[in-house]
Amino acid sequence: MNGDVSYAGLATSLALVGVAAVISLWQRLGLERQILWAAARALVQLLLVGAALALVIEPGRPLVWSWLWVSAMVAYAGDVARRRAPEVPGVMALAVGAFAIAAVISLGVLFGFGVLPLEGRTLVPVAGMLVGNSMTATVLVARRLVEELRDKRDEVEARLALGQPSQQASTPYVRAALRSAVSPQIETTKATGLVFLPGAMTGLILAGVPPTQAVLVQAVVMFLILGSVATTAVVMALGLARRLFTSDHRLRWLPRSADVR
Amino acid sequence: MNNNQILFTFDDVMVERQGIKALDGFTARIRRGIGITGLAGPSGSGKSTLLRLCNRMEVPTTGRILFRGDDIAELDPLALRRRVGMVFQKPTPFPGTVRDNLLTASPAAGSDDLHRALRRASLEGDWLGRDATALSGGEAQRVCMARTLVTEPDVLLLDEPTSALDADAVEVFERAVGDLVDEGMEVIWVSHDHAQLLRVAAEILRIDGGRFAGTETGAETAGTETAGTDADSTTRAGDERR
Repeated sequence: MNGDVSYAGLATSLALVGVAAVISLWQRLGLERQILWAAARALVQLLLVGAALALVIEPGRPLVWSWLWVSAMVAYAGDVARRRAPEVPGVMALAVGAFAIAAVISLGVLFGFGVLPLEGRTLVPVAGMLVGNSMTATVLVARRLVEELRDKRDEVEARLALGQPSQQASTPYVRAALRSAVSPQIETTKATGLVFLPGAMTGLILAGVPPTQAVLVQAVVMFLILGSVATTAVVMALGLARRLFTSDHRLRWLPRSADVR
Repeated sequence: MNNNQILFTFDDVMVERQGIKALDGFTARIRRGIGITGLAGPSGSGKSTLLRLCNRMEVPTTGRILFRGDDIAELDPLALRRRVGMVFQKPTPFPGTVRDNLLTASPAAGSDDLHRALRRASLEGDWLGRDATALSGGEAQRVCMARTLVTEPDVLLLDEPTSALDADAVEVFERAVGDLVDEGMEVIWVSHDHAQLLRVAAEILRIDGGRFAGTETGAETAGTETAGTDADSTTRAGDERR
């Protein structure tokens, strides 16, 4: 098998969605409609993206189309961050900035030093993995920092009242938020290959690439993700810390997520 | 009264947050050199807001505040906060030892400075190595006061500092503040406990509904001039603090 999936094969795999729906019916979970809708929606989205991707990254297509795709992905990710963390002021602009900076650094290393050839077929998926994997950490660090500063307002104000500048007064809380956002990715990186086989490697092996080559690509992707998660989280945390204080070093009023939904 | 005799001037100060007026045209003066000025009033009357305006933890929506004749809006907020220290209602020791807490406030402080700050907060003995987060309420509050004192402020703002303390701890705290006043410290003390203010303060400014509601004379009267905008004259009424 070379990893190609026929339309018949795809239809057969839908039987697995049927299994999930049957379980829902059997256990009276009331989720069967949602399961079928989610599967249908995912399939349509993937087919549309696949068709659009084929247009964008087909050989001979100018690279500018791939860059436009990456830009749209970053903008969309910023909007997702805004919807996931509505209590964080200005989160969309900060998230877009964080993804953009991480993209410049990570893609600069990968393509600038020739680790991967700069082509549409490499640029788009690599940027997708970068943004997709950084999203969780970006939202997590933003929400955690707002939560820390809001819940420990007394402590933060005690620091400010001692004459500490807001940047210094916020440092312990920025560190706590960064640790909580980056630690899961470090754990994932440590467990790679032992506990689970990552998506890129699995996909390559299924597509018939020799496992040794798949491992090298996966290692590059893991390092890319680790670097991007750390970069986006730190840009978000430092940018947000500046935004949550006034220019005369007062902590702004911070709403709870329930207040802004 | 000239500028040298006035610590803070509040000139038609209004503070509005989320559509609610915490202060509404507050106009009054706090005199200099009288020791402790109390701020009294019902819950939600704007006492704490008024206190927080003094070190720019809060800014007025309209109106202005003068500190010794200078408009607070023109002063560097960080320098102002080191001159006008604050102790909050809830003790907020930072993680680490008492020494860590004091050095957070003043990283360049030497051993003598740290011990002096502890002594001024009535913390005798070896406190520097103790875990600041494992102290009783009264001890933690005095560590917080020592942490403020290590920055050598001229003025101390106290926002209900003894509301969570037992009677013995309240007495120790009041005595420590009294000693600071004897050294020349200016203190503004917010309390819902009117008997406490009568006990410790030279003058008490009353606030109601965000507005100045008159001045009262406390037991610790040190001056003879009037305070506030419609204050009565005050006289020394003896030292009942100790």
